[in-house]
Amino acid sequence: MSILVVTEQVGGAWNRMTFEALAAGLEMGRALGHPVAAAVLGDRIESLETELAARGVERVVSLRHPLLATYTPDAYTLALAPAIRTLNPFLVALPHTYQVRDFAPKLAAALDRVFISDLVGFRVENGEPVFVRQLFQGKMNADVTFTGQPPYFVSLQSGAFRADALPASASPAPIERPAVRIDASQIRIRPGERFQEAKRTVDLASAEIIVAVGRGIKEKENLPLAEKLAQALGGELAASRPICDNGWLPMERQIGSSGQTVAPKLYVAVGISGAIQHLVGMKGSRVVVAINKDANAPIFEVADYGIVGNLFEVVPALTEELAKTPR
Amino acid sequence: MLILICLKQVPAKDSLLRIDETQRWVRETDLSYEVNEPDAFALEEGLRLKEKHGGQVVVLSAGPARAAAAIREALAKGADRGIHIEDEALARLDSSTAARALAAAARTEPFDLILTGLQSDDLGWGQTGVVMAELLGIPHATIIMEIEKREDGIRVKRELEAGWFQYLEMPLPALLTIQSGINKVRYATLMGIKKAKTKELKRLTPASLGVALEPRYQIRRIYLPQKSKQTQLIPGGPREAAAALLEKLRFEARVL
Repeated sequence: MSILVVTEQVGGAWNRMTFEALAAGLEMGRALGHPVAAAVLGDRIESLETELAARGVERVVSLRHPLLATYTPDAYTLALAPAIRTLNPFLVALPHTYQVRDFAPKLAAALDRVFISDLVGFRVENGEPVFVRQLFQGKMNADVTFTGQPPYFVSLQSGAFRADALPASASPAPIERPAVRIDASQIRIRPGERFQEAKRTVDLASAEIIVAVGRGIKEKENLPLAEKLAQALGGELAASRPICDNGWLPMERQIGSSGQTVAPKLYVAVGISGAIQHLVGMKGSRVVVAINKDANAPIFEVADYGIVGNLFEVVPALTEELAKTPR
Repeated sequence: MLILICLKQVPAKDSLLRIDETQRWVRETDLSYEVNEPDAFALEEGLRLKEKHGGQVVVLSAGPARAAAAIREALAKGADRGIHIEDEALARLDSSTAARALAAAARTEPFDLILTGLQSDDLGWGQTGVVMAELLGIPHATIIMEIEKREDGIRVKRELEAGWFQYLEMPLPALLTIQSGINKVRYATLMGIKKAKTKELKRLTPASLGVALEPRYQIRRIYLPQKSKQTQLIPGGPREAAAALLEKLRFEARVL
C-alpha cells in the first residue's frame, strides 16, 4: 500500500498548493509507514516530471496525453481512475484547489469511494488515520475517519500544511509513464481560454493598510463608516465576498480565494466572521485587527488584536480617535 | 427546459452553535434553519432560465421533516413542484450518500439541467452535485457564474482562483454547481406564498428509491478550533477600546 499525491499544473506551471499537498502526503506516509508516489498529468511535462522526482517521493507516475494538455473533469477522471486502480494506494491526497473540487468527487465516485475534502489536519490514532476538517464555515472542527474500504480520497486546505517542510531527494525517483487511453469522443466539455475580467483600478496587493468589511455591516448605507476609517488610516477599503456579491462594492475589492490575496502591514476586519475562503486571502497580513460582535467568530483565530463589540459604535470611535492625533 | 434544483436546509448563519452531549454534533434545540445560500442562488438561476426559455422548475431536497419548509419557500418563489426525500438521518449524511439519494430521485424524470449550490454552509463538503453528475452519467461544471442556453447545449462561465474565469460549452443534460452572487435572489410574494400551498410536494424515502443509507465515514468528535494566534482582546466600551487599540497599533505593533 502507498500514498498517492496528485499534483496540479496549469500550462507547465505548478499550482503552489501542489507542494503543500506533497508535504502533507510525505508527512502522512511517515506517520502511516507507507511509501509516497506523486502523479502529474499533462501533455508535454518532462521538466515537471524531473522536478517532481527530486521532491522526496519514492516514484513519479506521469500521465501524458494530448487530451490532458487542457484540464477537463472527463479527461482527468479517465486518466486517473485506471492508474489508481493499478496502484491501489491506501490514500490519494490532493490540494484543495478549484480544479480538484471540480474533478475529485467525480473520480472518487467513479471508483465507488468517498472523498473527505478540505482537511486542515491529520494524525494517527491506534494506527488509524484521523482527519480534521472544518464545519459551519470554520466555526467548528471535526475529527473524521473513513469506515469503508481504501483507497481513501482526501484534499488539503490551502495553508494547512507547510510546503517549506518538503525534503529534497538524495537521488531522483524513478518516473513511470503508464499508457493513458482517452478518446476525444469521451470528453463532453469544451473548455475555453482562461481570462481575467476588465483591468483593475485598485491595487489592493500593494496597499499597506486595508480596512475590510463583511456581512456585519448589514446595509450598503453603512459602508461610509468603514470608508471613513480607511481614510483616517490612510488605507484602502476592501470586502469579503457577500458584500461584493450584493454589488455594494466592486468585485475588484474582494479579498479571498476567489478575489485578491493580500498581505498588508495592517488588516482591519470589520464585521467579517472569517470563513476560510476569506482567511486564505488575508492571513499573510502582518498585523490583523478584528472587530466583531461574536467572540467565537473564526476571524479571531488569526487576529492579533480584537474588539468584541458593536461595529457601529467601535468603528466611528476609532475614526474619531484617529482624527484627534493626526498621523 | 425541465430544470431540477437541489437544495439543502442548513442551520441559519447566526445560529448559536453549542456542542451537544454526543460531542458529534451541535445542539439542535438552539438552531433555526434556512435554505443553504448557494442553493438559493441556484434556485433563482433556474427560475430565470424558465422565465426566458419556458419549461418547469422542480425542487428536490433530501433531509428530515423540517426540510419541507425549504421546499415550500422555493415553491413560493415560483418553483412548480417539489420532491422531498425524507429521512431523519439525511440531515448530516456524507455527500456521497446524499448524492445517491438525490440521483435516484433525479433519474425518475428526464431533466435537462440540474442546478445546485457549490457547497453547503454547514458541512461544506462541496461534492454532492459533482457526485450526482457522475452517478447520472452526465457532464458537469462547478462554481458557475453565468449560464447561457444555446442551440446545442449551454455555455457557462466558470470561476477559477484569484479573479480568473473560463467559458465552457457542454451538451444537455448537464449538472452545474452555482456560485453565490451569480444573480440577485428574489423574495417570495404574498401571492406566491399562497399559491405554494396548492403546489405538488411529493414525499419519497431513501428505501422507496432503493438507496441504503450507509455512511462511509464518521464524525468522531466536534470541537471549537484552537487559535493559531494569541489574540489580545481589548476590553472596555467603544471609546475606551478604540483608544487602547490605537495605542497598541502605534507603540506595540508599530504599524501606524
